[in-house]
Amino acid sequence: MSVLVYIESENGKFKKASYEAASYAKGVADQLGTTVTAISINANDNASLGNYGVSKVLNVANDKLAKFNAEAYADAIAQAAKNEDAKVVVIGQTANDKYIAPILAVDLEAGYASNVVELPSSTAPFQVKRTAFTNKAFNVTNISTDVKVIGVSKNAYGLVENNTEASIEDFAPTLADGDFTVNVESVDKAKDKVTIADAEIVVSGGRGLKGPENWGMIEDLAETLGAATACSKPVSDMGWRPHSEHVGQTGKPVASNLYIAVGISGAIQHLAGINASKTKVVINNDPEAPFFKAADYGIVGDAFEVLPKLTEKLKEFKANNA
Amino acid sequence: MKILVCISHVPDTTSKINFTDGDTKFDTNGVQFVINPNDEFGLTRAMWFKEKQGASVDVVNVGGAETEPTLRKALAIGADNAIRVNTEAKDGFQVAKELAKVAKDGNYDLVIAGRESIDYNGGMVPGMMAKILGANFVNTCVSLEVDGDKATAIREIDGGKETLTASLPLVIGGQKGLVEESDLKIPNMRGIMMARKKPLNVVEPSNAEAFTSSEKFEKPAPKGDVKLVSEDNLDELINLLHNEAKVI
Repeated sequence: MSVLVYIESENGKFKKASYEAASYAKGVADQLGTTVTAISINANDNASLGNYGVSKVLNVANDKLAKFNAEAYADAIAQAAKNEDAKVVVIGQTANDKYIAPILAVDLEAGYASNVVELPSSTAPFQVKRTAFTNKAFNVTNISTDVKVIGVSKNAYGLVENNTEASIEDFAPTLADGDFTVNVESVDKAKDKVTIADAEIVVSGGRGLKGPENWGMIEDLAETLGAATACSKPVSDMGWRPHSEHVGQTGKPVASNLYIAVGISGAIQHLAGINASKTKVVINNDPEAPFFKAADYGIVGDAFEVLPKLTEKLKEFKANNA
Repeated sequence: MKILVCISHVPDTTSKINFTDGDTKFDTNGVQFVINPNDEFGLTRAMWFKEKQGASVDVVNVGGAETEPTLRKALAIGADNAIRVNTEAKDGFQVAKELAKVAKDGNYDLVIAGRESIDYNGGMVPGMMAKILGANFVNTCVSLEVDGDKATAIREIDGGKETLTASLPLVIGGQKGLVEESDLKIPNMRGIMMARKKPLNVVEPSNAEAFTSSEKFEKPAPKGDVKLVSEDNLDELINLLHNEAKVI
């Protein structure tokens, strides 16, 4: 009857979003008067999950799962859920999580709510709040099935520390050949770059930067802050920056702690995509730019003058606060 | 190759989002509806398969009669036939079950849907459909090639890309990258005239059940005013970010 949480790892390590999923599962387990069981796949640091309220870890160590495979991972998680008789299965909302969750929901004949931002407001009926209309609204959703799958948004519920001793058990799901019919041929991932999905801070540039040759300023500021770089839709459409940096309604969503928009006017589609960020700063020479209505802090000024100065000041700040 | 493209009928990206009936229904007043952008990238890629590889392309939507202009637009872009499953689905699971039935009955080799619709953002229909069908599935797909019954797809992952191979039948959760923004087609007059004569078959739903339901909608709390900082006082901005927002 425990709450099951799938804990994603990369190269054996857990990420902050994984611990957020564990924290959320603990919150749900407390509401239901039960405990949290986690399932991890080829991970090294299972004991650390106790710090976020996990009582038991099902440790899957299987070379066949060394490469990500949504069908096989979903199969393993579904078997764990059935073993544990879990009524609630919690998963994060990374690209891989979003790939797994619908398959898992069908496996478990479970209602699935994605992009959930709060603990259930009620467990009978089971009711969760999720974002809809690309962050322009919330939807309160009832899940009516016996088993429920909840996808919890990054940086929404946050980390909640909880000192629990986690017992670790090996778990060997039965994997069928049919689980391995989509094959990963190659992975192309920048090694030393902060990704938009993982970043605590994102520095984003728009048309106001006038051309791709001026992106050095954005990169300098991002590097100083340990931030990821992003851009507005027109910038990616014009080919100044790769599509993978486009954030907004049809691009990537951003849910960072700090989002700094430089030379971005703030079209409604862009604002929707970045709205889940906690603190927003806008730097724009047009005081009428719509972004000023959406931002927490603003500077009306020329990016070409403000940005280098800001980067220098932040370097000093970092040096003094290291 | 028989391709089915799933079309969601959604408010235009510039729409103001409001609710009626005690915040239980989306207010369609003054809202223009379009093909879900993630689906339109997929539809445009399907048209490429039609032109270059002789594929047939059908489009399908689960919804009421009000969604037909959106299906007609897909026909005007070049799809051959349209199917509307005549029901107001309550959740993504129900939509996936209805679409899976259409895909199975029509024996499609490739089913293309958007990775998510921009209204409910469920992000579940393509994956559920694939699992129900027992078909292969690639989500957040940004490139797709098909050679015989073998597909090569590129999937966007957090911070990079992954190249995958799978055999047909295949379901894709598509997005921008399948084609570029500049490849999207605005239907011309001939296309619009022809679309009027193309078949739009209305089929009755199976008794697929929804597993979730919408209780109500809420709007985000209004935001306080922006704090403006002078460009000559950047220390103040750093101070605010450090001590007030506590983000650096």
